[in-house]
Amino acid sequence: MSKKVAFLQGNEAAAHGALYAGCDFFGGYPITPSTEVAEVMSIELPKIGGKFIQMEDEIGAMAAILGASLAGAKVLTSTSGPGLSLKQELIGYGCIAEIPCVIYNVMRGGPSTGMPTGPSQSDVMCAKWGTHGDHPAICLTPASVQETYEEVIRAFNLSEKYRTPVMVMPDEIVAHMRERIVFPEQGEIEVVPRKSPTVPPEQYKPYDTSFGDVPPLASFGSGYKFHVTGLNKMQDGFPTTKADIVQAEEERQVRKVDANVDDIVTFEEYLLEDADVVVVAYGSTSRSARYAVNIAREQGVKAGMFRIKTFWPFPDKQIKALASKVKGIVIPEMNLGMCSLELERCAQGKVPVLGIFRVDGEPINPDQILEKIKEVK
Amino acid sequence: MAFDYDKWIRPGKLPHIWCPGCGHGIVMKGLIRAMETLKLKKEETAVVSGIGCASRLPGYIDCCTLHTAHGRAAAFATGVKMAKPEMNVILVGGDGDGTAIGGNHFIHACRRNIDMTYIIMNNYIYGMTGGQFSPCTPTGHKASTTPYGNPDPGFDIAKLAIGAGATFVARGTAFHANQIDKLIVEAIQHKGFSVVEILDDCPTTYGRRNKYKSVIEMMNRLKEVAVPVKAAEKMTAEQLQGKVLTGVLYKEESKPEYTAEYAKVIERAKAAK
Repeated sequence: MSKKVAFLQGNEAAAHGALYAGCDFFGGYPITPSTEVAEVMSIELPKIGGKFIQMEDEIGAMAAILGASLAGAKVLTSTSGPGLSLKQELIGYGCIAEIPCVIYNVMRGGPSTGMPTGPSQSDVMCAKWGTHGDHPAICLTPASVQETYEEVIRAFNLSEKYRTPVMVMPDEIVAHMRERIVFPEQGEIEVVPRKSPTVPPEQYKPYDTSFGDVPPLASFGSGYKFHVTGLNKMQDGFPTTKADIVQAEEERQVRKVDANVDDIVTFEEYLLEDADVVVVAYGSTSRSARYAVNIAREQGVKAGMFRIKTFWPFPDKQIKALASKVKGIVIPEMNLGMCSLELERCAQGKVPVLGIFRVDGEPINPDQILEKIKEVK
Repeated sequence: MAFDYDKWIRPGKLPHIWCPGCGHGIVMKGLIRAMETLKLKKEETAVVSGIGCASRLPGYIDCCTLHTAHGRAAAFATGVKMAKPEMNVILVGGDGDGTAIGGNHFIHACRRNIDMTYIIMNNYIYGMTGGQFSPCTPTGHKASTTPYGNPDPGFDIAKLAIGAGATFVARGTAFHANQIDKLIVEAIQHKGFSVVEILDDCPTTYGRRNKYKSVIEMMNRLKEVAVPVKAAEKMTAEQLQGKVLTGVLYKEESKPEYTAEYAKVIERAKAAK
């Protein structure tokens, strides 16, 4: 049987990916350039008995999905820059209370209202440092419509597996471009279910680390009663200020991601075996980068591309290895230098990191990247 | 036989954090009596709050309890209720949490008429942070941030709820303890968004700045200003000056309830598939 094929926009693909992953609750607020996700979910969710709610604001949307997730739903919200800023407080709530949820954020120009219809990649730091306090961060940056579909599924899986909010951050180009997409069959891509408690209700503790760093999560209305708070908490979910417990719990929350980077971090290596120059790119910018690398090769320059698919946790290990191998790193990005800071950190001064930074709402074209590749001596 | 509150209190969680003389404990007991009267199933009941003294209440109650972020109780609770409409969802919190930082979620929960009950303990002040003025602090009164008297006019929570579309609105006081559970019972039984405002006291951060010599004096004030709705009907405007109506202030049965309406959306979507 031939697979179902469609011509979809990135945002539409994201919605369908969420449905494939079993998403049955969407809470949102209209915002350009992500609104299509909400529109598709409002059509599709009630067909399968799921729930769509348009909340009164971005904060409310984030709150609603966290509440629904605690009641057992698989939840999604979609937003863009200003909305992401508003959601940050409750993203932190999701981190400390360890509530699975997926936040799909389309990167547009900023700060503030910025350029609502212009592409950008300036929210990537917000994904890690946006909410206050130490917390785990997972952020995926797809580069095509097909990949947006698949990465949204992976986001749900990671969110359930590690019991933490996960962000998917396409730039506006990926979110709004239309491409051919091949839908996977049911069962073709693994869908990870939530780890449910195996103990009877009277023994249940929502943060019981005897089950590992990711304790099973019961849901409200399933026979289990428990307490959830945004305060630093003990294993039974109740607040504490005891120094040793707070320290251990915070470290465990971050360790859920840090100890599993090899399971979470994904990337693509393109013509890197003999490369002298590596272009590190993510999102739509990687499409220009690939083109530039091909032209450079035709012109005799040994260029390659390392494409970041998982922005957080950052692929430290891979970049460090590359920095010991190549003569220079080129980073094109639609911000004034965010990923480049991480690359400099990983390169540890061994090789130069040359940035191409654009915030004018125009994509970075291959010529610009090619020019920079040639600057590496 | 004395009422068994322990049945609803989580073992080991008392004493509570509230100051001597605070009315929040009276409201909690009223809520417990109401839940007992209605024979609510603990596992099927979510008690949701925001941040503040009153918002610590859920931690003591042996149900599914959710202590959210400042002002966000109504929005979290909306998610819980939408995902599991069969659950009883009860919100608790204070006046600052509910009508300032949470004001938007509050009015929209009223507008949707989603079947939840919101108990607002109005003590006219931000107590937990040390007594800053809230949207309910009376004009001219003192708070730690209104040292020369409060220039702001206050909210009437009940009128706000009615105006925003809540379909059951009641008011009681911490003094009239025996009325609290009756109002909450009726609110929970009501199909739609119900609001129960309980006029409360904060001797620690409000009373002492506003020349209340004792908790008893604060409680007596609640007794004096409260006028039952029925009694008010026979009173003149002059007699009602400075009084606050108590009892069931508003009830509407005809407005559709939100989760029931969404169930119809699901039916329509499935039919159109």
